[in-house]
Amino acid sequence: MNEVLREFLLETDESLAQLDIDLVTLEKEPKERETLARAFRTVHTVKGTAGFLGFTKLQAVGHASESLLSRLRAGELAFNVDIATTLLGVVDAIRQMLASIEQTEGEGDGDYSALIQSLDRLKIAGSLGTNAVAASTPSAATLNLPLAGNGVGRPELRVAARPPVRGPVAPAPAEEPSPPPAPAPSIIASASTLAVPPAAVSESTETRTPAVSDSAIRVDVGLLDKLMTLVGELVLARNQIMQFSTTQEEAAFLGTVQRLNLLTTELQANVMKTRMQPIGNIWSKLPRVVRDLAIACGKSARIELEGQETELDKTIIEAIRDPLTHLLRNAIDHGMETPEERVALGKAAEGRVSLHAFHEGGKVIIEIADDGKGIDPKRVREKALHAKLITPEQADRLVDRELVNLVFLPGFSTAERVTHFSGRGVGMDVVRTNIEKIGGTVEIESRLGLGTTTKMKIPLTLAIIPALTITVGRDRYAIPQVSLLELVRLEGDQALRRIEQIHGVPVYRRRGSLLPLVYLNRVLQVESSRGEGDEVNIVVLQADDRQFGLIVDAIHDTEEIVVKPLQKQLKGIAAFSGATIMGDGRVALILDVLGVAQMSHVITGARERALSEKPAGRAEPEGDRQTVLLCITRDGGRIAIPLSQVARLEEFPRSSFEKAGMQDVVQYRDEILPLIDVWRVLHRGRHDGLNGDAASLGQAARPSEDDPSVQVVVYSGKGRRVGLIVGQILDIVEETLVSRSRANRPGVLFTAVVQGRVTEFLDIEGIIASADAASFDTSLVLSAEA
Amino acid sequence: MPNHQFCTFYVDGHYCGLDVLKVQEVIRYQEMTRVPLARPVVRGLINLRGQIVTAIDLRRRLELTDRPADQLPVNVVVHTDDGAVSLLVDEIGDVLDVSDQNFECPPETLRGTARDLIRGAYKLDGRLLLILDTDRAVNLSGGPP
Repeated sequence: MNEVLREFLLETDESLAQLDIDLVTLEKEPKERETLARAFRTVHTVKGTAGFLGFTKLQAVGHASESLLSRLRAGELAFNVDIATTLLGVVDAIRQMLASIEQTEGEGDGDYSALIQSLDRLKIAGSLGTNAVAASTPSAATLNLPLAGNGVGRPELRVAARPPVRGPVAPAPAEEPSPPPAPAPSIIASASTLAVPPAAVSESTETRTPAVSDSAIRVDVGLLDKLMTLVGELVLARNQIMQFSTTQEEAAFLGTVQRLNLLTTELQANVMKTRMQPIGNIWSKLPRVVRDLAIACGKSARIELEGQETELDKTIIEAIRDPLTHLLRNAIDHGMETPEERVALGKAAEGRVSLHAFHEGGKVIIEIADDGKGIDPKRVREKALHAKLITPEQADRLVDRELVNLVFLPGFSTAERVTHFSGRGVGMDVVRTNIEKIGGTVEIESRLGLGTTTKMKIPLTLAIIPALTITVGRDRYAIPQVSLLELVRLEGDQALRRIEQIHGVPVYRRRGSLLPLVYLNRVLQVESSRGEGDEVNIVVLQADDRQFGLIVDAIHDTEEIVVKPLQKQLKGIAAFSGATIMGDGRVALILDVLGVAQMSHVITGARERALSEKPAGRAEPEGDRQTVLLCITRDGGRIAIPLSQVARLEEFPRSSFEKAGMQDVVQYRDEILPLIDVWRVLHRGRHDGLNGDAASLGQAARPSEDDPSVQVVVYSGKGRRVGLIVGQILDIVEETLVSRSRANRPGVLFTAVVQGRVTEFLDIEGIIASADAASFDTSLVLSAEA
Repeated sequence: MPNHQFCTFYVDGHYCGLDVLKVQEVIRYQEMTRVPLARPVVRGLINLRGQIVTAIDLRRRLELTDRPADQLPVNVVVHTDDGAVSLLVDEIGDVLDVSDQNFECPPETLRGTARDLIRGAYKLDGRLLLILDTDRAVNLSGGPP
């Protein structure tokens, strides 16, 4: 394909995107003179170039549209819905021809005579009714244009916009091939869809800021990819040198390494930036989508875009284009009520869909919110039960928020009727698959009657990802952080006790639900360095809607890795998604979490239709999540103390105990720390007296009062410190509390399942109060409360 | 008669050659990361100046016996349309300039995997130089191994 043709395809594609926006704007604001003029110029240029290149059909369509636009611009016609629809049809027709030109260098055999006829009809019909509109002369309108917006900085467009442009005059050939120094702050989104070899940098959809043509240059995307690869190599080399430098002592060398480190990081950030484009590039097509859909569904909707300038890696932008469009369709087709319904509900007749993009915690969040009817959890539940996607037992366990997220299950659709746009039962699961493919997540929040918000979390880039390194046998593997939920380490006899078997299949009780366990060495058919009775390391992973625990030999660091594809000799091994070079220069394979899950039958090949315990893992109600300190009392019972109330953990020898009245105390950090034996207080509550002490409790092996030292949790609150003697400090865990139940003895707030075990949550203030009382008068035990 | 240049090496006593233009470089043994579940001919991945290269054992590829554990192979890195691939051989020989008039196709009696990989032989003084087809050697898409 020759240079002129390529340039033409590229330019036209860009201008059509703008034309889409302009036409939709004009439909709302028919008097936007500037927009109208720009639309006219675009069509004019396309037509002119088409004539010059010998594409007669394209020229004819362009000519008919231009004539219509020319009358509009002259004020002899008023812009209306019919005109908008027809002209948008023209945009589609031109796109169709461009696609054909791109593939065959010919316009294709489409018949556009009907389109041309309707254009001509509109031109005449419109002019009959609306003659009287006063307007300035066409030439004045064009001349007065401030040089802002799409065409600015492009010589050929400016030429085309000058006065004598009413006829089908083709611009002089000389203007065409000139590769314009484009106003180019970013890579054009459509470069790859056009398949015009990577060469595409162009103006973004910014219509507000006039681009300055010499502040930017066009760069081949291929070159940027190459740069990115090179920087990846550099990062690896840097990692290797950093690792080597740990064995060196030469100050000058270490200084240089530090500097190299900083420079590499900065270079990486900046090269990544060159591949970034504002999300607005794909959003620019959305106003049109919303308009078309709203009309087709008999609804009225407007779109609000916020955060267009938020930047994402080019490949990721491409990947979210379809899911985004799909969600938007859902919002209007399913979410939005008809104008009548809305008015009846006291809402504005025109619905609102808003897109909001912003950065948060190294990711980009995209929210799509509508003010429609929201998703009814009850209906979702019925549908899911009806389609046998979940069992009634599972359904009963789900809260509303989890129910709403069932729409991501394959085969789910709540649309009452199937429309052209949505409701065919495919969709949301595809949306989720696509988002997860690029390492993102998607979640729905809905308030019945008020609207629905879909929240996508997208990583900034794919080439360099954080990953956890683990060892199995003598090899290291990298696990992408995005699949990682948590790490569990079981030591000694815990390892034997906590891993249970269901007919030979290992499971682990994690917060009250069974987590299937998979031995990575068995999946990969390699030896394991783990011996009988060794500690067990479990990497809890999310694959699709399933969670499973991967048992590995050792867990190392998290580091940034550069993802490299595997060569074709190794394609087809589902367990690996790529390879990377570690800091020591050796190669490590990157585990494909989904593949491992499939190989070990955690999920079946076709997406599992059933539902996991917790659909999104993160969909747990946030409010109940807290970090607690787990301890065992002397009688083996498990207790938990909110970590926020814990000042320090200490161990005191019994010999350091002193007495202050009835109270045990120790000298601690220049203070006198009163000590309260938790077990005594709890026990006292139950047995209504102090004498039950040792007698009734012969059961479990437990740290007794004879132990030379005690574990103490230093509590600080209400301006004082108190030491709580507990049997043994176990662990600190972050927990979502499930199946709470009311306390059955004083000193306990409530009981909940933590790490699969019934655990009592201490009412520390209550314990202190009762201990205070007890230390003065043992008869004042809290029996009254029991 | 035109001449051809071959990069030569030894595999389990066989004297073999590859078109010199297909060979990117020859490097000594590199530490490899094995790939579980891969076919046995794939011995692992090596880090070639930041590029990850698959190493294919030519002994296994030609269905010969494995090299003794104490003998380290040499990497003959070849160009393919999927990037560089390393072929593990026993020992490297010279680059040889041979005349095409000494070339002969393999006899019909040569069967099995070897028949696919060996394009033919050059009749040298006292020995045969077996010419391997690079593309086929790195193409594992057929049956086992």
